[in-house]
Amino acid sequence: MDDSWISFDIPSLMQNFWSATFDGLTFGAIYGLVALGYTLVYGVLNLINFAHSEVFIIGCYGVVFTLTSLGFGPNVPTLGPLAIIGDLLLALIVGMIASAVTALALERVAYRPLRKRNAPRLAFLITAIGASFAIQYGIFLVRGASPEPAVTMFQPTPIFDVFGTIVDSQQIIIVIAAIILMVATDQFIRRSRTGRGIRAVAQDPDTATLMGVDRERIIMTTFVIGGLLAGAGALFYVMKVPSGVFYAGGFVLGIKAFAAAVLGGIGNVRGALLGGLLLGLIGNYGQILLGNSQWTDVVAFVVLVLVLLLKPTGILGTSMGRARA
Amino acid sequence: MSTTDGPTLIPDAKAEQDAITRESNRTTRGGFFAPLADRWNRLSRPQQWAFLLVVVVIAYALPVLNPPLITSEPGNDWPITCLQMAIFALVAVGLNVVVGYAGLLDLGYVAFFAVGSYTAAMFTSPDSPYLHIPYLWTLPVAMAVAMFFGVLLGVPTLRLRGDYLAIVTLGFGEIVRILATIIPAMKGQVGFQNVGHPPGTAADGHPIFSNSNGTPWYWLTITVLIVILLLAGNLERSRVGRAWVAIREDEDAAEIMGVPTFKYKVWAFAIGAGIGGLSGALSAGATGFINNQKFDVQTSILFLAAVVLGGSGNKVGAILGGAVVAYLPLRFTAIADYKYLIFGVVLVVLMIFRAKGLLPARQRLLAYGKVAYARVAARSRAGSPTAATKTEGTAK
Repeated sequence: MDDSWISFDIPSLMQNFWSATFDGLTFGAIYGLVALGYTLVYGVLNLINFAHSEVFIIGCYGVVFTLTSLGFGPNVPTLGPLAIIGDLLLALIVGMIASAVTALALERVAYRPLRKRNAPRLAFLITAIGASFAIQYGIFLVRGASPEPAVTMFQPTPIFDVFGTIVDSQQIIIVIAAIILMVATDQFIRRSRTGRGIRAVAQDPDTATLMGVDRERIIMTTFVIGGLLAGAGALFYVMKVPSGVFYAGGFVLGIKAFAAAVLGGIGNVRGALLGGLLLGLIGNYGQILLGNSQWTDVVAFVVLVLVLLLKPTGILGTSMGRARA
Repeated sequence: MSTTDGPTLIPDAKAEQDAITRESNRTTRGGFFAPLADRWNRLSRPQQWAFLLVVVVIAYALPVLNPPLITSEPGNDWPITCLQMAIFALVAVGLNVVVGYAGLLDLGYVAFFAVGSYTAAMFTSPDSPYLHIPYLWTLPVAMAVAMFFGVLLGVPTLRLRGDYLAIVTLGFGEIVRILATIIPAMKGQVGFQNVGHPPGTAADGHPIFSNSNGTPWYWLTITVLIVILLLAGNLERSRVGRAWVAIREDEDAAEIMGVPTFKYKVWAFAIGAGIGGLSGALSAGATGFINNQKFDVQTSILFLAAVVLGGSGNKVGAILGGAVVAYLPLRFTAIADYKYLIFGVVLVVLMIFRAKGLLPARQRLLAYGKVAYARVAARSRAGSPTAATKTEGTAK
């Protein structure tokens, strides 16, 4: 083997450490939002919903189409701040609805028939991967292989300066909005009546049914919540990577989001946030250290394998069923 | 005592057979091929061998016959279509060991195919600066290297729950593809030209195994396929195969009954990987060129679709599934663009309506159990056990 295929560029990492950190946190927030969808479904059904990455990418398409039809394009829009905020909120809502509808349809069409006939786990996984594949190539047939034209939402403005590195408004908005959404989800699961139902089903589906919890309704709600969060993640993803919306764009991000969920502890809502942020950081540091953006994915997978080997329950443990505030 | 039609058919055996037929009809729920499978099971061993011989001869003659309607021409060269079908069938047989026998969902199987391809290319292509060996030697070497990678990936991950395995293998498939791009020695998209081929020169001075003529490659591939089938069939019937079925059906129960589940899972993984590597080496030789473009997740999923479509756990089904998955897009070029969509939908629909695939796996252990059950049932129906033994005595 050539000995030059891997090299560690430590000075570069030192130099770019803070910008890599802030960027990593931004990506991590997006991973976290998508990871929540994996974690919630896994908690309730013990199923890796491979097709969640397609739920996410359909949200991205919803966002891009909305913004394009509102007149956004590759150039910075010349609208007032209020108009931009209004348009972005509209795009957010459309993206969330598109994702939630996809997630719900998936549950009804693909997973429910399997549950009805008590199919083995393998059947669920194969269905999930088949559905993911079918949606991906359905999009491919309609939209082709090239990414959607880039949509610039606003010009990021520097907000403040940390250790000589500028933190811009885009990063702040994404991280804060994502954290607010995740905390809201966490509180919803912990405090609301539906949240109690979700936890009950995660803990013991049969007993939950006996206690009067409508299991099917809870499962549907879980898919919808996961879809809504993925749709929100889609808006931030389009904001961060304007030209990243293409048919297979969700797939790799989905695997990374799943890795984030496992890293934090799958089935654990707070773990998804923590895992997402950590994975965003690790991926970015790895990429700069190894000097090629392709390494981000390799680093993410290696982290996933290491976590599964050393601590399969993740950092915070798989505790959705047990958590009680 | 009633008269019998043949030397093997005793009255008890007839009742037995009926009971078995009823049982199998109930379990397969009227599958398309259930009557066929029953008829097959009723044939005696020599009859089965004779029938298989005919099938094998037809299989070898396939590229030369070029049957109308079935042929993929003019869209695609027919012998090369046959070769693709054979390679897909071989891959499906390998993946069937992992998914079908042991019940381990491997979504990165193309990685082993890639390892095999690159092994063959790097040992034979003039583009590679390393040691060169004759092409045929790369087949066992590719198998060994792929098995090594299988163990390397299997040992850390097979201790995990099954669904984690799915995502880790998916990641592994991506890593291999990305590494083929990043590592300079793998030559990324430039790839390796002129991968080696088996020796031999035709009368006109050209090598027999050329990249434009699929027929010799096809014959080589199905010969390998038949050898692998015999080996896999023996494994399936051995202690190892029984352990795999036990693991697939209920891993905890298998562990409690003393099956070293981890060991056998690693075995399944390694053997599956080896067959994947072998098919990769064959494919690289036949195409004559490899680069990093072919080894993507999509291909892994096509492989999986082949196994599931044919009937997970049934090696004949795997061959059928592999051949169908390779054949349809080449025969009906109009659907070639839609193939991933179609096979994705096929996976979902199959899982809902026919999880066992076209040819359901025969549960050998249960089948033996059914034979015993039917025998006991037939005896008690015939009256006293002595009457039954007397019957057998007269039939002899």
